[in-house]
Amino acid sequence: MDALYRDYILDHYKNPRNFGTLEPHDLEAHDHNPLCGDEMGVHIRVSDDGTIEDLRFHGQGCAISQAAASMASEELIGMKVQDVLELKAEWAIDLLGIDISPTRRKCALLNLKVMRGATSDDASWPE
Amino acid sequence: MTVAATQLDVRGDFPLLGSGIAYLDSAATSQKPAAVLEAMDHYYRHSNAPIHRSVYPLAAESTELFESARERIAAFVGWDPSTTIFTRNATEAINLVAYSWGRQNVGEGDEVLITRMEHHSNIVPWQLLCAERGARLRYLSVSDEGELDLAELDQALAGGRVKLVGVAHISNVLGTLNPVAEISAKARAAGAVTLVDGSQSVPQMPVDLSSIGADFYVWTGHKALGPTGIGVLHGQRDVLEAMPPFLSGGHMISRVDDEMSTWGELPSKFEAGTSEIAEAVGLGAAVDYLSELGMDNVRAHERELTAYALERLAEVEGITVFGPRDPDRRGGVMSFALEGMHPHDIGELCGREGVCIRAGHHCAQPLMRDLGVGATARASLHVYNSREDVDRLVKALTGAREVFGL
Repeated sequence: MDALYRDYILDHYKNPRNFGTLEPHDLEAHDHNPLCGDEMGVHIRVSDDGTIEDLRFHGQGCAISQAAASMASEELIGMKVQDVLELKAEWAIDLLGIDISPTRRKCALLNLKVMRGATSDDASWPE
Repeated sequence: MTVAATQLDVRGDFPLLGSGIAYLDSAATSQKPAAVLEAMDHYYRHSNAPIHRSVYPLAAESTELFESARERIAAFVGWDPSTTIFTRNATEAINLVAYSWGRQNVGEGDEVLITRMEHHSNIVPWQLLCAERGARLRYLSVSDEGELDLAELDQALAGGRVKLVGVAHISNVLGTLNPVAEISAKARAAGAVTLVDGSQSVPQMPVDLSSIGADFYVWTGHKALGPTGIGVLHGQRDVLEAMPPFLSGGHMISRVDDEMSTWGELPSKFEAGTSEIAEAVGLGAAVDYLSELGMDNVRAHERELTAYALERLAEVEGITVFGPRDPDRRGGVMSFALEGMHPHDIGELCGREGVCIRAGHHCAQPLMRDLGVGATARASLHVYNSREDVDRLVKALTGAREVFGL
């Protein structure tokens, strides 16, 4: 089996979970990776107690960026909005469960960057 | 399959290629022949000294090497050395024109006309100029075959507001070979100047600037087998003479008074600061190398290999190759998409097989939007490539599809 393009990565790429748009939604953000031009957006619905009740991501990107967004979406639903900003880069990379080279790092982190933008004033790349 | 007589066999001249890779990213930067590396090494070991002002023999030798490189580089494209200006790269050359010529000649209500297949380097400087001067930036469209429509150019020029036409000689995405002599003539007749970006053409085909007739022609050294850090601006003398300096400081002056200064003659007026001496020497060696091969032979090699690559790529399932189909109407740059795979993943999987291709927007986002993609994969050729490199690419693409279960 391929070390990077593992079966579950390709499965999330070809059949992304929580992909699309969500209407109505409470929070949203849209961003891109300046290196490759890939774009990603997210719609989030928040419950009264500040929990992410549902979310959808959309856009186009490589297998790594799409799988990262798909896999993260399953973890993010149920999380408190205020906790998203606390998530480190390693959280997103660990979720993928593969070695990410420096040239693909931003592919893996674009989704978390968009989530930060939607849930806080800080849309910077996660560290 | 027999190798056509037009094929060059010079891979052994390029030390880096001894590693065994199939290097197909020359539109981004080319590999360097040993002759270029040796010329630069020899310069630093034996001839390094300031140019133009010191009078001792070593400085005279350095100056001679630098100016002789300029003469050979100018002759390589059929131009005059005194109107051949060294810049850092093609981007800086275009910025020079946008600042010096643009701010003197483009005003409110004027138009700058470029094409949708330009590299960002021939888009963004004009965006900034137009925003500052209240001018309008217009684009010529690109057909589905990846070509310009000169009737659209005529129409745009007929409005009488176009001050400058900017166009790539060969597209860095589609490979399209644009009719730049015809475009320059039409622009001139309409009272506009022309800037041609020759970054992709000078490295791979014979270019004779006197027959093109553009007012400005720019290119970069590192795509033409030379080093990074040096580009070239060729300009019409009367246009360059009427322009104010771009960067200012040392070397570019005639006399510096307390309040104001006067400018040096061409090309010094546009070469402020210490020049890229070793880089000029290296680029001089690169054009010597290409001249020895003969640019007609270089073009024949690339044309034949491009035709072969277009034929082989078509065998890959799910592929879309962008740009003109006819190898006579294009250079050795091929962008493509594979259904069900993002270009980054294609590039990653090809890289593992030692096949170096580019994946991304190629600094041409307006064109990407027209093609309806965010990015493409791109294979580009040079003199050191062979049919074997193309075969390895096709094999890597087939393997990549298998990894993705396609």
